[in-house]
Amino acid sequence: MVTWKNNGLSETKIHVSNLDFYYGITQALFDITMDIPSQRVTALIGPSGCGKSTFLRALNRMNDIIDGTRITGHVLIDDEDIYGSSADVVRLRKRVGMVFQKSNPFPKSLFDNVAYGPRTHGIKNHKQLSEIVERSLRRAALWDEVKDRLSVSAMDLSGGQQQRLCIARALAIEPEILLMDEPASALDPKATAKIEDLIDQLSDDYTIVIVTHNMQQAARVSDVTAFFYEGHLIEMGQTEQIFTKPQQKGTEDYITGRFG
Amino acid sequence: MRYFRKEKIIELFLQWTASLSIVIVICIFVFIFKEAVPFAKHPGLGELFSTRWMPTSPQKESFGLVPLVTGSFVVTVLAMLLTIPFGVGAAVYISELAAPVEREILKPFIEVLAGIPSVVIGFFGLMVLVPFVKSCFGLATGLTAFSGAVLLALMAIPTVTSISEDSLRSVPRSYKEASLALGASRLRTIWRVTVPAALPGIMAAVMLGTGRVIGETMAVMMVTGNAAIITFWPFDSVRTMTATIAAEMGEVAFGSDHYRALFCVGVVLLLATFGLNVAAQKVLSRYRMG
Repeated sequence: MVTWKNNGLSETKIHVSNLDFYYGITQALFDITMDIPSQRVTALIGPSGCGKSTFLRALNRMNDIIDGTRITGHVLIDDEDIYGSSADVVRLRKRVGMVFQKSNPFPKSLFDNVAYGPRTHGIKNHKQLSEIVERSLRRAALWDEVKDRLSVSAMDLSGGQQQRLCIARALAIEPEILLMDEPASALDPKATAKIEDLIDQLSDDYTIVIVTHNMQQAARVSDVTAFFYEGHLIEMGQTEQIFTKPQQKGTEDYITGRFG
Repeated sequence: MRYFRKEKIIELFLQWTASLSIVIVICIFVFIFKEAVPFAKHPGLGELFSTRWMPTSPQKESFGLVPLVTGSFVVTVLAMLLTIPFGVGAAVYISELAAPVEREILKPFIEVLAGIPSVVIGFFGLMVLVPFVKSCFGLATGLTAFSGAVLLALMAIPTVTSISEDSLRSVPRSYKEASLALGASRLRTIWRVTVPAALPGIMAAVMLGTGRVIGETMAVMMVTGNAAIITFWPFDSVRTMTATIAAEMGEVAFGSDHYRALFCVGVVLLLATFGLNVAAQKVLSRYRMG
């Protein structure tokens, strides 16, 4: 078991301890313990099926919606156990936004997509909603491209724009943490570069956890990297250290492309 | 070369089977119209707009379709008012909320309900529903439009439920996940994301259900009392277009005015279902996503 302590990089935002996760009788995560630093980008890397996405989805309880899953251990966000008996999933997901692998805007207008979250949390005033929509789209670096056509369907945007729209939609509920599950894997290099720039800017304000298949991407965007293999956390450390001086043989083999 | 010919023959055969429905629709239109058209010469189309359907009156025969059309209309509207909430509600529950075990139990029952012959449902209506409606609402007779509508709803609900459910289940999971990840509850996700995304399919389901309701004959004939009066009150007896054709076609003299009038009723039915289909297509194309 590997335990990585967050050595003064910044405060710990998410503290995970002894997390086990099961799909039915198949165990997918084994005794994961890690600290995720506040206002930094943490990358989760590892080969397909290593549990990195499952782990990511454990951080906003998105695995709850899959039948037959079970979880033990603790996930503390600002010292509050999100799996505790008094935990409120709605409040949790308002604090922890998520961007998915495949961009998934609703088949609604751009405005309604971004306004969906705030409306869900009770904001009805149109002026207030307009402000939130503009602010969120600006932060997602999409405003200038779409400001004149907020009423067109989200389906009319390009793939890269759709993904930035999804980021804007997630930002509109003003989360503290942003989970990203391979957000650029379906995009071309140019759109990917835009998303990476955006992640870089957002990390000033948000704690970001990103799952990626792309080693260069992890190296480019993250401050901290965690390597998963077959449901275990093999190694975690500052990104530079992981990519230049990995401590574990498995990590080295993976990042040098010997498997995966 | 031989393979090429064989493929060509198979292709032609498949093309022919696919085109068959077009031919049949055209044939039906042609033959129904052919039998109905002479009515325009004698006794004249104006006769159809009279308010009395008395095709065998010894004094003066009267072929007004108005009571039959209103009869069908009242029964259909009532039936759909019952069908839509129950049918769509059941679909939402089965596809979005039911545990897998519940789904395994519910789905076969709905399929069985869809397969019950309408005569059998009519029997059930006569023996159980009609007396119940009579005593429950204190009526002189339980043979009412309302009774017919309830039976028709029983027949249309499985259609509406299973097609709506297919449509709800084909909504990408990613939409629901996006909504849930934004902190929306399951019900809000259903109401704001899943149902709107499935709306074209649900509309089509309702249109198809309506088509079945308008065209259904046997059960309605058994429980609606078949009184050709003009009414919009659910607890009156009514006579529908389908029941009229079914009841009178066997006894009518070939080529008589009455015979032609029944074909006119058929034309009205045909146009109504045709119009419904066109409307369904329009709705589908307008709401289509993307």
